Amino acid sequence: MARTVIPFGPQHPVFPEALQLKLECEDEKVVNAIPAIGYIHRGIEKAAELNAFRNNVFLCERICGICSFMHALCYCQGIEEMMNVEIPPRAKFLRVFWAELSRMHNHLMWLGFLADSMGFESLFMQCWRAREIILDVTEMTTGQRVIYGSCSIGGVRRDIDKEMAQDIEKRLIMAKEMVDSDISPTVFHDPSLKRRTVGKGILTKEQAISLGAAGPVLRASGVPLDTRQTGYAAFKEIGFEPIVETAGDVYARTLVRLREWYQSTEFCLKSLSMMPEGEIATRVVGRPKGEVISRVEQHRGEVFYYIKGNGTNNLERLRVRTPTFANIPPLLVMLRGCELADVPVITLSIDPCIACTER
Amino acid sequence: MPWMLPTVIKNLLSKPATRRYPYVKRPPFPGARGKIQFDMEKCDLCTACARVCPANAIIVDKEAKTIKYDPFACIYCGNCVDACPKDAITMDIYYSPPAPEKSQETMLKE
Repeated sequence: MARTVIPFGPQHPVFPEALQLKLECEDEKVVNAIPAIGYIHRGIEKAAELNAFRNNVFLCERICGICSFMHALCYCQGIEEMMNVEIPPRAKFLRVFWAELSRMHNHLMWLGFLADSMGFESLFMQCWRAREIILDVTEMTTGQRVIYGSCSIGGVRRDIDKEMAQDIEKRLIMAKEMVDSDISPTVFHDPSLKRRTVGKGILTKEQAISLGAAGPVLRASGVPLDTRQTGYAAFKEIGFEPIVETAGDVYARTLVRLREWYQSTEFCLKSLSMMPEGEIATRVVGRPKGEVISRVEQHRGEVFYYIKGNGTNNLERLRVRTPTFANIPPLLVMLRGCELADVPVITLSIDPCIACTER
Repeated sequence: MPWMLPTVIKNLLSKPATRRYPYVKRPPFPGARGKIQFDMEKCDLCTACARVCPANAIIVDKEAKTIKYDPFACIYCGNCVDACPKDAITMDIYYSPPAPEKSQETMLKE
C-alpha cells in the first residue's frame, strides 16, 4: 500500500511547544515516525559558560518554565558537591517542598493537556482550576508564580514561617479535596477517557529499559526506578517509594502521574511538618574546580547535569540531559502501529517539554 | 455513568472561578517579586548590585554619579536587594507594566 507522510507539528494545537513528527501512514495507520527537533534552541549551555557560576542558577532556571526549580536544584547540588559544601538541614526540606510543589502543578497541567488532546475540555478546565491554588502557594512562598528563584548555591533564599506554613497546609488540603471530588473519579472511572487511553501506545518493560525511557513513562512500564531513591535533598529523611504501574499504556502513565500527585502532596505536607529550625543557607566561598555529575528527578524523569569547573568564576562546560530527550526514542516505538487519531494522546503521554530538550 | 456531570452542574450553579481581568485585578501576595526601587539617599555607588545582576540590568556610573536601571532587562530575581550593603534597594510587589517602547530609568545621586 502507498505510504503518505503527514507532518505532525511543529505548530499543533496539542503541543505547547514546537516539535515535529513526520508520520509515515498507510491509510489511517502510522507505520513509522521521524522526529525533527531544533526549533527552539537557545544556546543556554554556551551562555552558561560565559556567565558567572553564581548567576547560572537563574539561567538554568529559565531552561524550562515548568521544571524551573528542578533545574536550579540540580545545578546547585552539582556546584555544592564540587565545592564540598554541606547545606543546612532546613534548606534541604525547603528544597523538597518547592520541588514537590512544582511537581504537583506540572502533573495537573499535564493531565489538563491530556484531557484537552482528546477533546475533554471540562476536565482540562478543572485541572487548571486546581493548579491555580498551587500556583498561589508558589507566589506566596517564593514571590513569583512560575520562576521560583528561591534556590541558590549554599541553600535557599526564602524561609517559610509557621503562620505561612499553616496557610499553605490549608490551601494544599483544599487542592487535594478539589482533585478528590472533581478530577480523580473521572480519571478512574470515566469510560470515554478510558476508551482513548487504555491499550494505546504500549511500551513493554523490556522496550522501556532498552530504549532508555525515563520518569513516569518508565515507571508505567513496571520499572521501579526514580532518582529520588538516591535520597538527594531531604528525601532520605522523608522516605520515598516509587509509584509503579505495569500496563505500559497511556492510561498507566496517567495513573502514575495522578498517584504521584497525591504522593507529592504528602511530601509537601511532610516537609513542612518535619522541617527543623535553623539557618536556611551557608556562605559559599571560593570557585568551583573539577568535574561533577548531578541528578534530580524532574516531573518528566531524570535530569542530568554535567558540570566542569576550572577554578575561575566561569564554568568550562555545562551539559544538560533532559528527560524528554530520553523519552523520544520510546515515543517512536509507541507510535508505530497506532491510529492517526491517537497520535496526539500518545505523544502527550510522555509529557514532551521541548524547551528543556533543546535548551 | 457520566462521572464529570456532577462537577459540570456544580460549576454551572456556582460563581465563576475567574476574574474579569483587567477590570478586576488580584493584588499580589506580600513578598511578591516586582520592580526594584533605588533609594539614592542611602546608596553609595558601591556597584555591588551591578556585579551580582544576572541580566546586567543595572549600570552604575561612579563618575557621573548615576545608576541606570533597565526594567525590561531585569529578571526580578532580587539578587541586588540581597547584595546591597546599605539596604538602598527595595522590591515592589508590582512588576513594571507593559509598554510600547523599552526604556531605562536613570537615577542621580545628589
